[in-house]
Amino acid sequence: MLDQWIFAAFLLPVGLLIPAVPIVLAALVSPHKPNSIKQSTYECGVETVGETWVQFKVQYYIFALVFVVFDVEAVFLFPWAAAYNLMPFYMVLEGVLFILILAAGLLYAWRKGALEWV
Amino acid sequence: MGVVLTDPFGWIGQTLLELLTRLGLQVGAANLVINLLGAVVLGTICMTLGALITWVERKVVARFQDRLGPNRVGPFGLLQPIADGIKLLTKETVTPTGADTIVYNIAPVVMVMSVIGLWAVIPLAPRLIGSDINVGVLYIVSVGGIGTLSIMMAGWASNNKYALLGAFRTVAQLVSYEVPMVLALLIPTLLAGSMGMATIVEQQANVPYIVLAPIAALIFFISSMAEAGKAPFDLLEAESEIVAGYNIEYGGLKFGMFYVGEFLHGFTIAALTAVLFLGGWQGPLAESYPLLGLIYFLAKTSVVYFGVMWVRFSFPRLRIDQLNTFNWKFLTPLSLAVIVVTAVADKWAVQAGLSRVGVLLGANALLVLAIVWLIGAYARSARRRLERTGDKQAAGAHA
Amino acid sequence: MSALQWVFLLIAATTLVAAIMVVVGPNLVHAAMWLILALAGVAVFFVLLDAGFLAVVQVAVYIGAIAILIIFAIMLTRHLTADTEPQVTRSWWLAALASMVLFGGLLTMLTQIPTLTVGAPPLPGNPENNVRDLGQALVSLDQYVLPFETASVLLLAALIGSIVIALPPKAARADEAES
Repeated sequence: MLDQWIFAAFLLPVGLLIPAVPIVLAALVSPHKPNSIKQSTYECGVETVGETWVQFKVQYYIFALVFVVFDVEAVFLFPWAAAYNLMPFYMVLEGVLFILILAAGLLYAWRKGALEWV
Repeated sequence: MGVVLTDPFGWIGQTLLELLTRLGLQVGAANLVINLLGAVVLGTICMTLGALITWVERKVVARFQDRLGPNRVGPFGLLQPIADGIKLLTKETVTPTGADTIVYNIAPVVMVMSVIGLWAVIPLAPRLIGSDINVGVLYIVSVGGIGTLSIMMAGWASNNKYALLGAFRTVAQLVSYEVPMVLALLIPTLLAGSMGMATIVEQQANVPYIVLAPIAALIFFISSMAEAGKAPFDLLEAESEIVAGYNIEYGGLKFGMFYVGEFLHGFTIAALTAVLFLGGWQGPLAESYPLLGLIYFLAKTSVVYFGVMWVRFSFPRLRIDQLNTFNWKFLTPLSLAVIVVTAVADKWAVQAGLSRVGVLLGANALLVLAIVWLIGAYARSARRRLERTGDKQAAGAHA
Repeated sequence: MSALQWVFLLIAATTLVAAIMVVVGPNLVHAAMWLILALAGVAVFFVLLDAGFLAVVQVAVYIGAIAILIIFAIMLTRHLTADTEPQVTRSWWLAALASMVLFGGLLTMLTQIPTLTVGAPPLPGNPENNVRDLGQALVSLDQYVLPFETASVLLLAALIGSIVIALPPKAARADEAES
């Protein structure tokens, strides 16, 4: 069981090294002449005004939040789906009940306007 | 010669094992070395594939737009990606002032890693899969989530207002579209009875899942295209919109890695759609000649990838509020409905002894009709509302 | 020591160092990055314990969703993401000493228990089917169906509660929409 994970355990670090090698190569090969104008932050050619922070909308947070709830719901549903072929009908209905309760949550978010992009 | 045709990958593994044990390694260590070798080979193939895909896209977009595309560098312009790579290699990488150096530098590397890591669980041919874990579907979701994180890192580390804003919007889009994608991934798990990718492909021996669950296939296709940032969902890296979004401050090969990673992601989702819904390596005689299975897999992936490119070059870009409305008010409720309908219909079909294909196709057709009716009703009510306010405005203007 | 034990030691060291850096570092976003590393270490532990499902759930939910939520929360609420004061109190060596003593005491106590110093016995049932068995257990009437359905109600409550708290009142949203 554990040796099924070996390939993935190797592929992830290898996947980390494979793009890193060209980038390191580029750092060795490319010219390196920094000056303050080149390194200033890019703002469509105009000088930067003010600190770098953005007052961002709470909308981003709400989307991430709803995603967390639905992610956890999906995590509960995956074992249910994997055992689907061995279940009698009432067990399927239990899973459907789970989905419907969370669909009610989505409906609440919709009606409250939490899913609008202001 | 016979065994090379009927089981080439097993033969390669066996010869390597014999070679390594003869060199003095124990069986366990030899196994590790073979896995490492396989990982390096797969990673290298993925990177070269990523570079090749850029050429394919440029040629195909050229044909869609009635022109020729790159044809100067090498035969048919095939050396164009190499030329681009050399150009990017020799560009000076300008690190902006105040950028967080460590996070800034590892963001493109993590992004490419998250795409290459997906190939560990994709079954390329019968008995050829990197990691035959029994939770392959959730592995795809989790490794995809790491890509989202890398974009957040890139946007924050650049010390640039627009990069940060672009990164927030990108992450909001990616996170939103992950919901219908994960929900649509439940359907192949349900139909196959397992989360392992190899099992899902094996279970599609008689009928591919796109026939049993066309709506789920479409939802997965659309939402994973949005996950990969391909048009019409590419608002966040459009040059005319937010000046390349989260990768404003990246130059040279760091930008090149983001670029190649994105194209490779597009190809990977085509491969995933082919594996989960079109049957992967299934096809006539694939079981007995695994090389044929590999060819079928590549052919199906190419067809789906052509579909991705076709959509990309045909539709105008979606605005961000259209993007979000489409996801939360259409795709997510639809995917929930599809799960409920498929679960109930399939179990009922099996218990009543009816044909699975017929019942599921019928259920999907009914769902499509219901959606069309609902959208029509919504459009009618919206139009009536507009006419009422339009009348009031016209009356107010005349008064 | 077997290769598995070396891997465990390496991952345990990484996770501990990352966890300490979360608390000690002055920069909040760096702390979030260290947290992600610590969570990834825990995911590897799950794999080593033959719980592959929990490992991918850990990465998908914690790193893919909750870490992003934490980073959003940091960037929403802080203009300066770095503290200027030192993060560690002046008598940190006292706390370190106390925790070392506690660790030593716990270690001696735990090694006295005979069943804890041998390897874990293999679980009943085929590990290939662990997800299927979990799924059946979640919905069968004499096992965990009640917690399963209660979990959905809990998630619903979390969703509604967080929307109630996070959503700005209608007046503020109307202003923003018009501006």
